[in-house]
Amino acid sequence: MAIKDLSTSQARRPFQRRRKTCPFSGPNAPKIDYKDVRLLQRYVSERGKIVPSRITAVSALKQRVLAQAIKRARFIGIMPYAVS
Amino acid sequence: MPLYEHIYLARQDVSPQQVEELTNQFTEVLTQGGGKVTKNEYWGLKSLSYRIRKNRKAHYSLLNIDAPAPAVAEMERQMRINEDILRFMTVRVDELEEGPSAMLQKRDRDDDRPGGRPDRGGFGRGDRDSRPPRRF
Repeated sequence: MAIKDLSTSQARRPFQRRRKTCPFSGPNAPKIDYKDVRLLQRYVSERGKIVPSRITAVSALKQRVLAQAIKRARFIGIMPYAVS
Repeated sequence: MPLYEHIYLARQDVSPQQVEELTNQFTEVLTQGGGKVTKNEYWGLKSLSYRIRKNRKAHYSLLNIDAPAPAVAEMERQMRINEDILRFMTVRVDELEEGPSAMLQKRDRDDDRPGGRPDRGGFGRGDRDSRPPRRF
């Protein structure tokens, strides 16, 4: 009983938000490229850290590809490791 | 032969002509090793995100390479010796991209989407410490 009540109340939360879908999946999704700073910039915080996928809704596979691309961009000096 | 994308950074005090000479020099190394350079882009003098060997700027060059691994290794060895080269990176790719790379297209794409949403700076949140996963 208690479990059932919980699930129904959760479905009717007042602050429900639709789950965003992965921006790199599906048709005409952008290709993750370490040279494309403008694209990668959207997935790092102001401090230069990689934003977790639970916030950006990037799929696990694409998050790994994305992290690799950001690290490459950092190595060649087109993205910062840290913004002080 | 495997395909590679190669980016190298040259010191800011060298002239663009000298960078071109360097590119030719390394292209020569690759052709002697039995490979070829299918594309060569010069991105110009760009400012670095952080200092590399006390430099704040560097000349960027991109080479698309189709060459056997020993030729690439030899080129990398010579790059390590050359003092004008700050850094290089070779990435093996499944296919080389045609046309200008994302770095050179940047400006065109801005015009592409006039009504596009403005860049949000990193999702509007500052950094915070790890927190428990949210339930959706």
